[in-house]
Amino acid sequence: MQRKVLLLATTASLGLCAAAAWAEDSSDPIIIPIHNWSSQIVMSNVIGQIFESLGDSVEYVPTDSQAVYEAIRLGDVTFEPEVWEGAYGASFTAAVEKGGIHDVATHDAVTREDWWYPMWTKEACPGLPDWQALNECAALFVTPETGDKGRFLGGPVDWLKHDQEKVDALGMNFVVVNAGSAAALWAEISAAEEQQKPIVVFNWTPNFAEAVWPGEFVEFPAWEAGCDTDPSVGPLPDKTYDCGNPANGYLKIAAWDGMPEKWPAAYAVLQQVNFTNAQIAEMAKMVDVDGMEPEDAATAWLEANEDVWRPWVE
Amino acid sequence: MTAGQARVAWGLVALAAALVMLRESLPSGLVRPPEWMVLPFADWINAAFAFLRDDLGLMTLTRAFSDVMEACLDVTANLLYGKNRWPHLGPIPWSVIAVSAGMVGFALGGWRLAALAGGTFVWIAVMGQWQWAMETLSVILVATPFSVALGLGFGVLAWRSQAFERLLNPILNIAQSMPHFAYMIPVVVFIGVGPKAAAIVTIIFSVPPMIRMTLLGLRKVPPEVVESGKMSGATRWQLLTRVRIPTARTDILIGVNQVVMQCLAMVVLASFIGMPGLGQKLLQLLQALKIGLSIEIGITIVLLAVMLDRLSKAWAMKQPVHHMPGVRWIERHRLLLIWLGLVALTSALAWLHPYFIEVERKQALSMAGPVDASMKVFIRAMTPVTEWLRWFLITWVLIPLRDAFLWLPFAAVLLLLAGIGWAVGGRRSALVCLAFFLPIAMSGWWDRAMITVYMVCVSVLVAVLIGVPAGLWGAARPVRAARLLFLCDTFQTFPSFIYLIPVVMLFGVNDVAVVASVVVFATVPIIRYTIEGILGVPPEIVEASSMSGATRGQIMRHVQLPLALPTMMVGANQSVMFSLFMVIIAAFIGTQDLGQEMQRALSSTDVGKGLVLGFAVAFMGLMVDHLILRWSDGRHRSLGF
Repeated sequence: MQRKVLLLATTASLGLCAAAAWAEDSSDPIIIPIHNWSSQIVMSNVIGQIFESLGDSVEYVPTDSQAVYEAIRLGDVTFEPEVWEGAYGASFTAAVEKGGIHDVATHDAVTREDWWYPMWTKEACPGLPDWQALNECAALFVTPETGDKGRFLGGPVDWLKHDQEKVDALGMNFVVVNAGSAAALWAEISAAEEQQKPIVVFNWTPNFAEAVWPGEFVEFPAWEAGCDTDPSVGPLPDKTYDCGNPANGYLKIAAWDGMPEKWPAAYAVLQQVNFTNAQIAEMAKMVDVDGMEPEDAATAWLEANEDVWRPWVE
Repeated sequence: MTAGQARVAWGLVALAAALVMLRESLPSGLVRPPEWMVLPFADWINAAFAFLRDDLGLMTLTRAFSDVMEACLDVTANLLYGKNRWPHLGPIPWSVIAVSAGMVGFALGGWRLAALAGGTFVWIAVMGQWQWAMETLSVILVATPFSVALGLGFGVLAWRSQAFERLLNPILNIAQSMPHFAYMIPVVVFIGVGPKAAAIVTIIFSVPPMIRMTLLGLRKVPPEVVESGKMSGATRWQLLTRVRIPTARTDILIGVNQVVMQCLAMVVLASFIGMPGLGQKLLQLLQALKIGLSIEIGITIVLLAVMLDRLSKAWAMKQPVHHMPGVRWIERHRLLLIWLGLVALTSALAWLHPYFIEVERKQALSMAGPVDASMKVFIRAMTPVTEWLRWFLITWVLIPLRDAFLWLPFAAVLLLLAGIGWAVGGRRSALVCLAFFLPIAMSGWWDRAMITVYMVCVSVLVAVLIGVPAGLWGAARPVRAARLLFLCDTFQTFPSFIYLIPVVMLFGVNDVAVVASVVVFATVPIIRYTIEGILGVPPEIVEASSMSGATRGQIMRHVQLPLALPTMMVGANQSVMFSLFMVIIAAFIGTQDLGQEMQRALSSTDVGKGLVLGFAVAFMGLMVDHLILRWSDGRHRSLGF
């Protein structure tokens, strides 16, 4: 710990001088939220350790990933390094409208969330990833609770993914069953892996599942703006939701409105922070596959990727 | 039950049956609550909260309170895991804490408790969970004294003023039957997220039993003791602090024990709003399907609970020692000196080698690998059975039952409940049942509520089918009973979230998985109270019946079971409560009931909706509670004890 701080302090001293030249950061700790998926935790620790190297004090608080936007608005939490368009776009936009929180920067990483299957499914249904081929294989996905239709295991209902609308619009032989949490989704995939049973679930990238279970997204008719509201957009002239989800959703950084004033130097760095899909997947892998602790993974990442983050500080 | 009572009750049930028969031709207003009946409770609550927060400025008050809380949390956080805060002393090395805990155990209950207390901390340290466990304990250490003080204060007030007690009683009832998530939403609004919010939620959740036990203890103080206090010229304050509370010591300390247990029960749930440490880590590990590691954390939580439970019980039972005058200071404080010596020794060790300050994750032992592997083997071996069970239960039991519950006209359900109420406790109970269930219909969540009811009914039924035979089997021999009760305790303290994942792996995301996870919890009280009920049957009666030539089976059927039934019904009551709590948590598997909506309300911090759903669940529990209490009261009276 000591050694790490020292290392960072020396490498970042340049940045500190530059920052100190125009403003002094508050000595109050910067509060960073931690959620229950590993890439976010590692990223939080990476940014936190960079801030510590600037001389700021940092604290990590476990927080619900939806409730966090309310907390940022009130200044209880300082910023959120991973705002997913698909999952949290609505909460974030709602919070922005209420005031107190703003959009700091957008990562290069793109997010995608859609129907997904692990590779062994493809062996049973070789026409994949085309959605029509999937529809013809529907019988492979039948479960007792879905009768003679295939089961699509969706995410929690409050993620609002419109899977049912998609099934209706495209006339698919599937029933949407909603899992209650991401953990339930993983548990199902892991159980299916044991028996090499075909399964199609809701999934997203970047996350750790890609490293554990190689798989692909189902290719629906490509997303076009308005496909969800205007029936004429998309392949079917009289249907809404007759398309897949956007394949390149944003991943943003959001911060409390009081941050630029209170910690100007840290805020200046935060504006520069930018991760790619590969970097995020790597961070998740260090924890979920290699079994490192998030703090150690962050330190290791910083040591290995100095060329990436040094420019942000300078 | 009088003849008149039975007639009314049957009449109501018959009316309900008639409504069910005629369902197809009923006006829609009797099938589902008509629109004029559904009131926007959630909006009213939200308006009230907005008023409290914005116009009355309650926010400043709660924030001030939470600042006090935070100051306390900072101190424990610094001491236990070295957070950079005043007094800048920590972290205390694990070896020092372990020997201190061992010493406390020894002082309270001899070698066995010393081994348990010290051993728990050694386990935590060598498994590499020190930091997490200390983060958790830093919150519990603050929450517990606050809870105890608040509970003591409210308990004394309720004991002094009858009016206050009448006001407090229903609040306590509802507080104890409301699902945890419902509390959390207002706390997020008023306090925010983080350890302080977690501490406050924990306090709110753990205060009620303390109030109850204080009240009970003060009531039980014999008048002679008070009289002798008065004769010695004690003032009212002295009478309370020097006479009444010390006399009620045992009950009050049982209350403390309850507070500690409730605090530990919140470790995982409170991490949804910022409790750091074990709970947070557990959820993270489950998210990555690391079952082995999460079971290790579960064991730590159970060990902490068992240790704190035994320690506080030993404290409650231990009577204060009064030394004879003239005993030297060293003799009076022998244990203190030994403790100081041990602390010095371990501190020296810690200074010599960092292993004794904190065991790093890399050095930690772990049994996660074998656990994960055996879990895999188990699931693979069970697959043929679970596949069939899943198919059978879904197609032949659960889906038809669920459809039936949803098909019932709501008017028929209300009439049926009123009928049951009337049969159990006359007009008053019928009205109580309606008062609890009608608001659920008026809340607009009828369908979801019926799904919750259906899952609780199925789970409790399965729990009874498993629990009663298991309890009877256990009660046959005292050793067996003790082992079974220990198993029950363990299952109950084990964090419920861990069950959710294996259950999904076994059954998939569906109602079978939900029912299976709920049954684990619902069975525990049934087994426990069956054992206690059977063991509580007076031996003379068993003796007498065996002398009159009854076989073992006859004794069981005609003597033991009827006499144990009131106690067993208390178990059924608790089983319903546990099921309600667990069904809400099972929303994380995937349900379409009140729990799912509650989860949604938490993530969108919708106070009104969350509380309405919370009340709906609480009312279901309270209704069952009322019915069972009335029934067993009547039963007790007719049995003559």
